[in-house]
Amino acid sequence: MLNMSEGGHIPVVDPTGTDGISSLLWLVIALPLLGAAVLLLAGRATDKWGHWLGTLMSAGSFVVSLLLFVDLLGRDEGDRQVSQHLWEWFSVGGLEVGFDLLYDPLAALFLLLITGVGTLIHVYSIGYMEHDPRRRRFFAYLNLFVAAMLMLILSENYLGLFLGWEGVGLASYLLIGFWQHKPSAAAAAKKAFVMNRVGDMGLSLAIALMFVTFGTTSFSGVSAAASGASENTLTALGLLLLLGACGKSAQVPLQGWLLDAMEGPTPVSALIHAATMVTAGVYLIVRSNFIFELASTAQTVVVIVAVVTLLWGAIIGCAKDDIKKALAGSTMSQIGYMMLGAGLGAAGYAFAIFHLLTHGFFKANMFLGAGSVMHGMNDDVDMRRYGAVRHAMPVTFLTFAMGYLAIIGFPGFSGFWSKDKIIESALADSWLVGGLALLGAGITGFYMTRLMLLTFFTEKRWKDDVHPHESPAVMTVPLIVLAALSVLAGVLLLGDWITDFLAPVVGEVAHHDPPLPALAITALVTLVVAVGVAAAWFLVGKREVPITPPQDVSFATRAARNDLYGDAINEGLVIGPGRHAVHGVTLADRRAVDGVFTGTAAGIGALGTVLRRAQNGFVRSYALSLLGGVLLVLLALLAVNLV
Amino acid sequence: MEFDKPQIEYGHLWPLLVVLGVACLGVLVEAFLPRERRRLTQTILAMLGLLAALGGAIWVGLDLPKLGDGVARGDLMMEGTLVVDGPTVFLWGLVLVFAIGGVLLFSERRLEGGVSAFAGQAAALPGTEAERQASTRGLEQTEVFPLLMFAVGGMMLFPAANDLLTMFVALEVLSLPLYLLSGLARRRRLLSQEAALKYFMLGAFSSGFFLYGVALVYGFAGSMRFADINEAVRNDTENQTLLLVGMGMLAVGLLFKVGAVPFHNWTPDVYQGAPTAVTGFMSACTKIAAFGALLRLFYVAFGSDRWSWQPMMWVIAILTMLVGSVLAIVQTDVKRMLAYSSVAHTGFILTGVLGVQAATDLADHEVTSLQAVLFYLTTYGFAMVGAFGVVTMVRDSGGESATFARWAGLGRRAPVIAGVFAFFLLSMAGIPLTAGFVGKWAVFTVALSAGAWPVVLVAILASVISVFFYVRLIWLMFFSEEPTEGEVAAVHTPSLATLVTVAVGAAGTLVLGVVPGPVLDLAAHAGEFIR
Repeated sequence: MLNMSEGGHIPVVDPTGTDGISSLLWLVIALPLLGAAVLLLAGRATDKWGHWLGTLMSAGSFVVSLLLFVDLLGRDEGDRQVSQHLWEWFSVGGLEVGFDLLYDPLAALFLLLITGVGTLIHVYSIGYMEHDPRRRRFFAYLNLFVAAMLMLILSENYLGLFLGWEGVGLASYLLIGFWQHKPSAAAAAKKAFVMNRVGDMGLSLAIALMFVTFGTTSFSGVSAAASGASENTLTALGLLLLLGACGKSAQVPLQGWLLDAMEGPTPVSALIHAATMVTAGVYLIVRSNFIFELASTAQTVVVIVAVVTLLWGAIIGCAKDDIKKALAGSTMSQIGYMMLGAGLGAAGYAFAIFHLLTHGFFKANMFLGAGSVMHGMNDDVDMRRYGAVRHAMPVTFLTFAMGYLAIIGFPGFSGFWSKDKIIESALADSWLVGGLALLGAGITGFYMTRLMLLTFFTEKRWKDDVHPHESPAVMTVPLIVLAALSVLAGVLLLGDWITDFLAPVVGEVAHHDPPLPALAITALVTLVVAVGVAAAWFLVGKREVPITPPQDVSFATRAARNDLYGDAINEGLVIGPGRHAVHGVTLADRRAVDGVFTGTAAGIGALGTVLRRAQNGFVRSYALSLLGGVLLVLLALLAVNLV
Repeated sequence: MEFDKPQIEYGHLWPLLVVLGVACLGVLVEAFLPRERRRLTQTILAMLGLLAALGGAIWVGLDLPKLGDGVARGDLMMEGTLVVDGPTVFLWGLVLVFAIGGVLLFSERRLEGGVSAFAGQAAALPGTEAERQASTRGLEQTEVFPLLMFAVGGMMLFPAANDLLTMFVALEVLSLPLYLLSGLARRRRLLSQEAALKYFMLGAFSSGFFLYGVALVYGFAGSMRFADINEAVRNDTENQTLLLVGMGMLAVGLLFKVGAVPFHNWTPDVYQGAPTAVTGFMSACTKIAAFGALLRLFYVAFGSDRWSWQPMMWVIAILTMLVGSVLAIVQTDVKRMLAYSSVAHTGFILTGVLGVQAATDLADHEVTSLQAVLFYLTTYGFAMVGAFGVVTMVRDSGGESATFARWAGLGRRAPVIAGVFAFFLLSMAGIPLTAGFVGKWAVFTVALSAGAWPVVLVAILASVISVFFYVRLIWLMFFSEEPTEGEVAAVHTPSLATLVTVAVGAAGTLVLGVVPGPVLDLAAHAGEFIR
């Protein structure tokens, strides 16, 4: 069994009130929200300095987060949960749903990630969006996104979380479709919105079920009462939450929107579709640990979804020629690792968050790096037309390389520590899961090396009118900072700091003896990655790269190029039948009234004929429908009561 | 035989009497005042009447006697034919607020270049010399104001009726003026008249069923009074069929008025054909009044037999939500889309009707279904009146323009008005921080506490579907390309009256989304129906 939590202690959320510095908590959300409001409402008047205001608000939020973090570190371990009551949203009878904020170690780490990486990306965007006439609006949306994401993380109840959840969805929709003159961008925005709604439906059902079961939606209330609920209820809750997480975090089967979302400006891909928003699903599951710990079936499903996704994303990443889409496949796969950690229960929560943080750094770094390359290549995204860019863009190359080494898990880099821990926990859990995670690491080595080679090495393939050049400092400085973090973030694991720090939220890491010594596992992971890298070297680096993608490829390549037919599967299973259903209902509404009722019951048919003779035009069928309704009502009443 | 003079409690009924009195006064104004002075007089008269009635409703609400130690407050009036209790007063308040919005929209003249949106001379056949003359002389049909007041009177009487016959009278009093109003559009008159005729014929048809139901239930209970019917339902197990068929027929009459599937067919045609001001008024107020009556009938008269009618309501609610939201997807006209959306909303409100009725059956943190439905009606009214207010402003050379193609890119041409409209749509879709979210939350949870989870499942599915078509329209306004050929609609500047209505609608939608507490409390304070 995958459940490893038996006997383990599940922490209960029981925060104290805020005081001193921690009472500044509301400012973290208020600052970017204010920025968004000013930029949107004041309109063109702020065109000149709007981007600075947006950046400043995000930076201010980061400073407050930092103060809060220091304050939190100064507290006793048992005292590290504070909540702030802002105002009452609903208050009905004894039910109170407040705008309450919760600040604890988990939220603290997220706050730093969101505001820190967010600020860097704001700075980068100043340069990246310089020539866009709608730059102010872009910053307004970015600020809106940051505020909504912080709301999601800081809310003390599921309803507030849902508010943030919808907010980031809206911001993501606005930003994916930011270049609305491109039809592909508008279509991608719509696809993201619709697919996310499926996930949101899961989340809203979960919240409704929670309310009915526990009479509350606050984390403290639910975590205290969860152990009293039946296992079936908890399993249902877990599965519904997972559905929500799948939508937001692009996990199979709701993964299809993420690749298309790359239509948005690159800073958006870095912030929303790599570092923060897409990890909200992982946050949801880790935050709801008090439910998942009691629902082992749901945990097993999380693990299955995670493993499928981490392979799915990695395979897609192998075949994409669009640099951003290759990175998006990789994001999907890396979130799969985080989900895997979260699905392993108390043994993996802390490592899931650890990987989430390191991934936030190195993936944001690489996306911004990709943006920098595109900036220099006339916004071309096709890697087949890159090659040997390293000479023209040394800073971008070096920083990107740091991210590359981190993601493949080169010893010593941040990704090495975080991925290794997840694979180790998975192996301790089951050979199969661990083995597949290991395989994923190998594939990661392959596709990232391929990306690296195609872009920065091999011979130059760009046209003569392209003049690659290094980006301005406003873009490279964030890259350097993120590169440093990609290298160094592994220190969080020193002396098990991160697991101890998170223990009050997610419980102590249960110690299980892995089937092999830890060092042997590490060596094994490194070896598998090395095989992947070598394969890429011989298959890509050693050969000539054709500028047009070859068509005589194997089935596997073709499938991977087509996102493993994710869209076709959706089309066949969901969209097609849905369209038929709409068509059917429309048809029924227009003319079926006669057909259905006259066809089935002779008596009504006769009546219908009389009515038809008496009137013509549509009123006839309307009246007939009314009559049918009368029969329906009477039948429903009589059948229930007299039979 | 001796007659007792019936006792009339003027102290509690005067808001209703003011409205009906002003309506009669309006008729006299039409008869005696010269044409050029009628318009202003009628507008002011209607406005004052509604404001006075609203003030009266609030005053009556504060003054209601408490019954026993329960949460119910109120008393029987007019020898027991009417009942003024907490829910009645709450519904009066809602109807009056949105009727004021209706009067403001009715009084709009700037958009049509100095005349109202109503036919200059309703009796003139479309396309004749008489019609041309009416329009060149700038005639106006100011009878719309007394008609509106009569309808409002009926709407106030409807949820206050405490016996079947009064309820039927109220139903007719509110319906007949609406049939007329629907046919009075200045432009596209044939469409408007066709809609009115359809509405009238189907309405008459459904009234027939209602009346038949009255007869059958009377046959079963031997009384028209809801309290007596309730007694009979409790005690009599003999004539179940008579009761059930009667109940079904009554349900048909009311479900027709709220626009539930399969009694919804009139909605899109009438919403589209009627003058938009009328549609805005009617979509909000009719639904409020009819749901009030539906709740009273089914909770008070048939409340102890809820297990026999709830399955039927389940089926109707599910059908209504699904058909409403699915058909809204394929619409290409804003007014028709809003009509189907209002059908879907009917389904959501019916979901709330399925909840637990008595506060005594609930733990203290739970909401009664009456409270949830009252709150939902409030949120719905603000969004609908506001949204139709916006529709009146969006025009092209042929007058109002509701075709989707014409709305493309509206967000770039008039960002504020399009933004407000988008906000109404988001509220209807139930996005958090808008009133619609809290309303949906309330009705879904009451239905869940009553164990109607299959209905809630469908409801959430339907809200997901509905988000799709609301967002599609937002997308069309803000993100899509303007069509290269053909005319596009623009937002024309209306008079202050319309702007105020839309602004109040938006403010209500926002406030109820962010701090819904006071209104939820007020709905809770309304207590329960009394018998």
